[in-house]
Amino acid sequence: MNALSVHALTKTYKNGVQALKGIDLEVEQGDFFALLGPNGAGKTTLIGIMTSLVTKTGGDVAVFGHDIDRELEAAKACIGVVPQELNFNMFESPETIVVNQAGFYGIPRAEARRRAQRYLKQLQLWDKRDKASRSLSGGMKRRLMIARALMHEPRLLILDEPTAGVDIEIRRSMWDFLQDINRRGTTIILTTHYLEEAETLCRNIAIIDGGRIVERDRMSSLLRRLHTETFVLNVSAPLAAAPRLEGYPVRLTDDHTLEVEVSKEQNLNDLFGRLSQLGVEVVSMRNKVNRLEEIFMRLVDKGAAA
Amino acid sequence: MTKASGTILDGGSRPDGRGAGTEPRNSLAESAATEPMNLGLVRWIGFRTIVLREYQRIIRIWTQTILPSAVTQALYFAIFGSLLGSRVGPMGGFGYMQYIAPGLIMMAVNINSYSNVVSSFYGAKWGKHVEELLVSPLPSWLIVAGYVAGGLVRGLLVGIAVTGVSLLFTNLHVHHPLIILGAVLLTSVTFALGGFLNALFAKNFDQVNIIPVFVLTPLNYFGGVFYSVALLPHWARAISYFNPILYMINAFRYGFLGVSDVSVAAAFAIMAGAAVALFITAIMLMERGAGIRE
Repeated sequence: MNALSVHALTKTYKNGVQALKGIDLEVEQGDFFALLGPNGAGKTTLIGIMTSLVTKTGGDVAVFGHDIDRELEAAKACIGVVPQELNFNMFESPETIVVNQAGFYGIPRAEARRRAQRYLKQLQLWDKRDKASRSLSGGMKRRLMIARALMHEPRLLILDEPTAGVDIEIRRSMWDFLQDINRRGTTIILTTHYLEEAETLCRNIAIIDGGRIVERDRMSSLLRRLHTETFVLNVSAPLAAAPRLEGYPVRLTDDHTLEVEVSKEQNLNDLFGRLSQLGVEVVSMRNKVNRLEEIFMRLVDKGAAA
Repeated sequence: MTKASGTILDGGSRPDGRGAGTEPRNSLAESAATEPMNLGLVRWIGFRTIVLREYQRIIRIWTQTILPSAVTQALYFAIFGSLLGSRVGPMGGFGYMQYIAPGLIMMAVNINSYSNVVSSFYGAKWGKHVEELLVSPLPSWLIVAGYVAGGLVRGLLVGIAVTGVSLLFTNLHVHHPLIILGAVLLTSVTFALGGFLNALFAKNFDQVNIIPVFVLTPLNYFGGVFYSVALLPHWARAISYFNPILYMINAFRYGFLGVSDVSVAAAFAIMAGAAVALFITAIMLMERGAGIRE
């Protein structure tokens, strides 16, 4: 059974904006799925329809087989959502927020308090459980929304840019936490603008642009389709001009830095061998952009050009 | 930040038991696949949670929710009851202070029931935490019922406080306790529903305050809180009969004093009819997503 099945989904807002133009999408149970797209592509509208915050214009959505038109309550009981914008009562304490949220899903209060302790501790908020949530830092507020979404232990967790504005240490620890939840059986759909995050966490990916799915593939298959990668090489001695390397487009960005495009058919040993013959010593190397970012930009640019 | 066992910083509890938590694999995610949801229980716990949250809010900000009505009531009694009332003389066969006490209590109940729901639900819309409820499996009618019950709780708490203040100034006889109870419950529910509808349509805090200030307060003042409509000229009395609050106040007053300007049966029919009509309207608007869904 799919965790999510979306068929011919459309949404036209009252102002005439057509946010979704016939989306077909399936997410397998247990998947860690990336839903990527530029701002205004329709990601949040799609999530809004899944969670019933936005009314669809046409099409079908089913969550674990529960059609949202016929079994909305059962479908919603399967979903936990971490929205893009903060949406908890800033005057309530973290413990009150998560315990009440459990109550909205029919979790008895005693069990809700046990789960609140578990998730607030795991998300390092237990010490702040009695404070007004408006006093929490930005990262803590994001983690509070994750704790809240987990209180009814949903089968499908939807994360809409969960690490936006979170520092790198917390972000990476959140990745571990989410991977752990996914390993334990929860299907996760993630939207993010940090493409490294999607590449690290997700097994499958869909790219949405202009209200349409422009790509849907396994992450590994998609990355294999990348024909060229651009590497940034730092060299030990200053260069006056870019060295001539047949078959490799090279640019000198400053006297110690080269950018080299390497295609899938070429290999780095060959590149380094040729540089060595020319007396160029490479001291470090990195990808110019994240691989997924490169594919993403090409797909989205293609969509914009069309 | 200190690394702590079982926290987000070490990846939380791990399936192999290396983390702090070794609880069973995703208990609910797996059990939910096989166990049918007990809708009745989910709804009851959900309803109770909404009401409890409203109660906690009322108590947390009691200086804004309960105290002002008690103070205002004391001022009404001091000025209209003691200072002016002694010159007005008896009304409906009772001392003036005794006559206006039920009306003042009812005015406090209806305004507070309305205000509680309109401010709480609009606040939840404004702060976006209404989404906590909208994404949950609770149906629209239950969300409406939860907020209305919250309004009822505040109406009753304020009613008790205001009655206590009234007893400092005058004696209150209880002529018919069931009529008192019925009138206060129906009035509170009706006004709470009105507050809910106001909150659904409100687009800013000004629109939250317009109805209580410019509609409810005048309707209360002209609804027989301070006088019997029998004192009015014929045309004014005829207009007063279109004021629904007149029926609420008189039914409540009848419960205490045994006197009323209107038929008590008609008053109950109007209150029940208004409550049912407003409840159905609120549910229909919620189902359509008016003011809350895009």
